Amino acid sequence: MIATLVFYMFALFCIISGVMVVTSRNPVHSVLFLILAFFNASGLFVLAGAEFLAMLLVIVYVGAVAVLFLFVVMMLDITVAELKQGFQTYLPIGAAVGLVFLAEIAFVGLSWTMAPSAQSNIQAATQADGQNTVLLGHIIYTDYLYMFQAAGLVLLVAMIGAIVLTHRKRTGVKKQVIAKQLARSAKQSVELKKVETGRGI
Amino acid sequence: MGDFGHTIGLAHYLTVGAILFATGVFGIFLNRKNVIVILMSIELLLLAVNINLVAFSVELGDLVGQVFTLFILTVAAAEASIGLAILVVFFRARGSIAVKDISGLKG
Repeated sequence: MIATLVFYMFALFCIISGVMVVTSRNPVHSVLFLILAFFNASGLFVLAGAEFLAMLLVIVYVGAVAVLFLFVVMMLDITVAELKQGFQTYLPIGAAVGLVFLAEIAFVGLSWTMAPSAQSNIQAATQADGQNTVLLGHIIYTDYLYMFQAAGLVLLVAMIGAIVLTHRKRTGVKKQVIAKQLARSAKQSVELKKVETGRGI
Repeated sequence: MGDFGHTIGLAHYLTVGAILFATGVFGIFLNRKNVIVILMSIELLLLAVNINLVAFSVELGDLVGQVFTLFILTVAAAEASIGLAILVVFFRARGSIAVKDISGLKG
């Protein structure tokens, strides 16, 4: 009973905050609603018994991706009014496409059946007494090791790509270059001048 | 078969996923001028896909669906970071992130 109520609460807040993400006037509010949507989705995951993914959603999405969005939104100087100019014109076509999409998914949902072979194709069955995280760890580090490594590679490439894209050489910034300092000799840097009496240099 | 509980089933989760996916598609069309919100809509789409995968994984009692979700999470994080990096570079070059300026990049 309580699980049902909690499910409906998480689902409702998830959908409401999803709608608020796309309709908010201010991008900062959009990011904050995105965070709320992720939190509620992770609640749904906990209810379904996927605890590891729920924690991952909170850590990766809320902790990293949403904060990254927040940084970029606040770093860029965006005029809110300008970005929202086409809101009224795009509303009908957006609503139409969204509703068509929803209707199509609903048709699929009403007519689908589970394939008879689905039960025999199970690759890694959940165990009744097993912990979700432990079981996931068992298959990620054995059967799906290559996929796990590929995920790491994707993240590495993304990290290098983001650094390469945004890194720039600034001019006019005083920085210590140790190689240059060490390459200096006394001959280059010290000059002896004979100063005549009563005159400056 | 299912492991959701007594009254909540696969259909409930799929409905939430479908509504979230439709919201994401709606958001891409609604915010044609705002790249940041388009990126956030893409995140919503991926979240909806993840909900579907987890729901089927729990329904069938097969953990592989959750492994896939893990991979999608990784790709989504990479996509967001690269997209935002491109956005920052573009803002530096043009001083604006309006979509109509970005469409001028096409060859």
